[in-house]
Amino acid sequence: MGKNVLVIEDEPNIIEAISFILSRDGWSVATHSNGHDAVGVVQEAMPDLVILDVMLPGKTGYDILRELRSEDATQGLPVLMLTAKGQVKDREMAERAGASRFMTKPFSNAEVLNAVRELVAG
Amino acid sequence: MGTLNILVGVCLIYVVFLFLIAFAAERAALEGKGGWLRSPLIYTLSLSIYCTAWTFYGAVGYAARSGLEYLTIYIGPSLVMIGWWWLLRKLVRIGRSQRITSIADLISSRYGKSNLLAVGVTVLAVIGTTPYIALQLQSVTVSFDVFSSSYGAELTEAAQGSNALLVAAGLTLFTIVFGTRNLDVNERHHGVVMAVAVEAIVKLFALLAVGIFVVWGLGGGVSETLARIDASEIGQWQMRGDRWATLIFLSGAAFLCLPRMFQVMVVENEAEDHLRTASWAFPAYLMIMSLFVVPIAVVGLDLMPAGSNPDFFVLTVPLATGNDALAMLSFLGGFSSATSMVIVAALALSTMVSNHIVMPIWLSTQSVGASVSGDVRHVVLLSRRISIGAVVFLGYLYFRLSGGGTALASIGLISFAGVAQFLPVLIGGIFWRGATRTGAFVGLTVGFVIWAYTLLLPSFGAGTLVSATMLAEGPMGLGWLRPQAFFGITGMDPLVHAVFWSILLNTMSFFIASLVGFPSPLERLQGAQFVNVFEHSSTPQSWAGSLAQTEDLMVMAQRIIGAREAQNLFEREAKRQGMSGLLPEPSPDFLQRLERELAGSVGAATAHAMIGQIVGGASVSVEDLMAVADETAQMMEYSSKLEAKSEEQARTARQLRQANEKLTLISEQKDSFLSQVSHELRTPMTSIRAFSEILRDSDRLSEDEKIKYSSIIHDEALRLTRLLDDLLDLSVLESGRVNLNMQSGSLKGILDHAVASALTGAGADKMRVMRNATSEDITLHTDLDRLSQVFINLIGNAQKYCDASAPNLRIDVGRSNGALVVDFIDNGRGIPKAEQAVIFEKFSRTGEQKVKGAGLGLAICREIMTRLEGAVEYLPGQGGAAFRVTLPEEVALAAQ
Repeated sequence: MGKNVLVIEDEPNIIEAISFILSRDGWSVATHSNGHDAVGVVQEAMPDLVILDVMLPGKTGYDILRELRSEDATQGLPVLMLTAKGQVKDREMAERAGASRFMTKPFSNAEVLNAVRELVAG
Repeated sequence: MGTLNILVGVCLIYVVFLFLIAFAAERAALEGKGGWLRSPLIYTLSLSIYCTAWTFYGAVGYAARSGLEYLTIYIGPSLVMIGWWWLLRKLVRIGRSQRITSIADLISSRYGKSNLLAVGVTVLAVIGTTPYIALQLQSVTVSFDVFSSSYGAELTEAAQGSNALLVAAGLTLFTIVFGTRNLDVNERHHGVVMAVAVEAIVKLFALLAVGIFVVWGLGGGVSETLARIDASEIGQWQMRGDRWATLIFLSGAAFLCLPRMFQVMVVENEAEDHLRTASWAFPAYLMIMSLFVVPIAVVGLDLMPAGSNPDFFVLTVPLATGNDALAMLSFLGGFSSATSMVIVAALALSTMVSNHIVMPIWLSTQSVGASVSGDVRHVVLLSRRISIGAVVFLGYLYFRLSGGGTALASIGLISFAGVAQFLPVLIGGIFWRGATRTGAFVGLTVGFVIWAYTLLLPSFGAGTLVSATMLAEGPMGLGWLRPQAFFGITGMDPLVHAVFWSILLNTMSFFIASLVGFPSPLERLQGAQFVNVFEHSSTPQSWAGSLAQTEDLMVMAQRIIGAREAQNLFEREAKRQGMSGLLPEPSPDFLQRLERELAGSVGAATAHAMIGQIVGGASVSVEDLMAVADETAQMMEYSSKLEAKSEEQARTARQLRQANEKLTLISEQKDSFLSQVSHELRTPMTSIRAFSEILRDSDRLSEDEKIKYSSIIHDEALRLTRLLDDLLDLSVLESGRVNLNMQSGSLKGILDHAVASALTGAGADKMRVMRNATSEDITLHTDLDRLSQVFINLIGNAQKYCDASAPNLRIDVGRSNGALVVDFIDNGRGIPKAEQAVIFEKFSRTGEQKVKGAGLGLAICREIMTRLEGAVEYLPGQGGAAFRVTLPEEVALAAQ
């Protein structure tokens, strides 16, 4: 069972927080901070899990997710979506785009850790 | 005295009989059963009101005095009926198609509906007719007197007067009852016409009876009587050409122009082809009337003592020979002649007086709109009734004041000459399109003045109204203006003289004035309608028409009030009339009701015109057209109001839709704003929460890590505060509740402060700011803090986003269109064209997100500049990013 997590997020402080939490738990964490080439980065790294922000410069998290789901290689890849927009329609959009799990910022660290563990194990 | 009482009784019975006849005729007409009323015979007989008491009694007297000249009075009308029937037909057609009510109406209608002209004609007609009515009253009283004196009972003058008054009152009553029962659209009075026709028979019968009695009872047979005539002076032909010609012309003209003749001939006419019958039947009637005049005169002169009045031979000869019954019949004949004339004359004149004098005055005293309300009918009827009373009373008054003397005897011809003045205007009006109102007015005036001057005034005798000197030497010694010898032509018979000059000058002035002036459009239109009446109107049919017309009416009514309504209406009417079918007879009563029904939908004038078109065959008169146009205009106004209203509604709907769209947009903007605010708030809160949990939960953190993470928490907390500050600031600015703190200060000072405030922290030294101190030397009066906020924002943006390796910012101060402009231009890549449009929107950030910021800065700048009545905009094409701040002229106090 792999322990590679790719975090796609544009807020440096949030990247740092997630990296710290996951590293401490033994995950190896890679990060990426814009939407343009996110799909390519995922396909190249082929992590065990992607943590994906919605509001990214260049391309939205929804678009990235839809592209990933349309590819055979990344079709079943666990994706945990994070968004700062906490409305019901955002959750629906995430589900339709194919998110494995959806979380609203701000999150609790334990929550993220549990989600990551479950998704990778599941 | 017994016979006298019988006479009174017979008279009363006769009057009651007349009332009954008239009443029966009215009833029959009302029930639509009066087909026999519309016989040409009745029409012909009604024309006999031409033969008044003056003719009945006076013809014998005339013959006794002047021989055969009396015949001219009969020849004139006979010639008109036989030779001029085409003119009569035209008159009748015009009368029907234009719904003419009197000769005054005809003349005024023809000449552009001039009421002045109508008033003139009415007044002249009243002047001309009043003595004539007086003459009739006189004949009744005198004949009564003759009757009674033969029984030795001389009547006092007072008794004569009261007799006359009684007769006048009775005639007034009759005329009011049968002349103003209702306001028939066609002004037809079946009761009156019927009574007049019956009286015509009575007077003819009476005269024939007396004549037969005289020839066979007294004269000893035809040959005997003829021999007597040959022996008498009367039998001699003493024809004076000029007098005969004048009298024939005069009686013919009067036959056409007398108001009462016009009434029976044109107004009461039921059908045009009745004229065909009348054109031979009426001359025949006149011939029979004149047949025994000479024998009676000759025998009377032989029989009666010298000095007895030949005017009453018709009465006195039977009386003298003891034939009371015949005398009574003769009296009834004279009575009939007198009463029928008075009745019809009063009817005709009252129509004229009421329509052209009373009603216009009444209407002018009413507020606008009274003419269209329903109670006008009652006013019209009342004014007619009063007019009838007035006309008859005027005749009575004349009779009393003139003393009933011989002055009345000559009135007949004088009256004829007076109304003959209408002739040129009448004939010209229906045959000459060039005839104008002015011409008619001038002609009538000239004619009547000359008539009055040469005939009427002198007729009262020298010294009464015209002095003997004036008669002999002319007014003020002007010999050529002598009333009975114009232009020094003496030796003419006064009547011939008067008729010749008055008609000649009347005609000439009428023609000349018509040729000189120009007719108004309405006159031209009416002129064409009158002159070309046969082209304008279809062959007229009787007003009460056939069932075929009812079908037409039905079709029309269905179109206007709807099929079911129309059917119900017609069925109801048929039932009311007792008809078995579904279609009623088009009786006047029904037509009136139908017209009212239709008027409710299309207006009174239109309804009248439409029914008239179908039933009356009448062409639409100008008045109708104007009324229709008026109604149409009202409808158009109404529909344009509706149109405007619906347009207004459409506009309101559009405005509502726009407002709704705006609201939707605002709501969407609000949602999107809230969503963005939520995002901007959650992002720093995420970091804060994550790192505070790390600090709390991890006990193995290094000191450096602790410091680093708590600094992040600190910075993100500041970021949150800034964001909230910006949001509040924007909210205040946008709501317009911002209080501006107006101060004066130098531009240079503000820029110094802004540059110092903006360029702090990391990289502040790298940015080089280029300024021009001279151009900045301007004193401003505005909210300096707010302006400074804008400058700080712009300078800060330049520092944050300028990606040049050696970033610099140029601040230029200048003028553009009088306004003060401050440009901030950096040497970076600038903002892509697509994003230039959105950078001032809230939460818009461009390009790669290297720098933290909620994206509210430029939105706030824009709001501030709007409040300061200036502007901030992106300045494209400057190489790098360039923003221009524009300040209104008055902000710059002084440029030193």
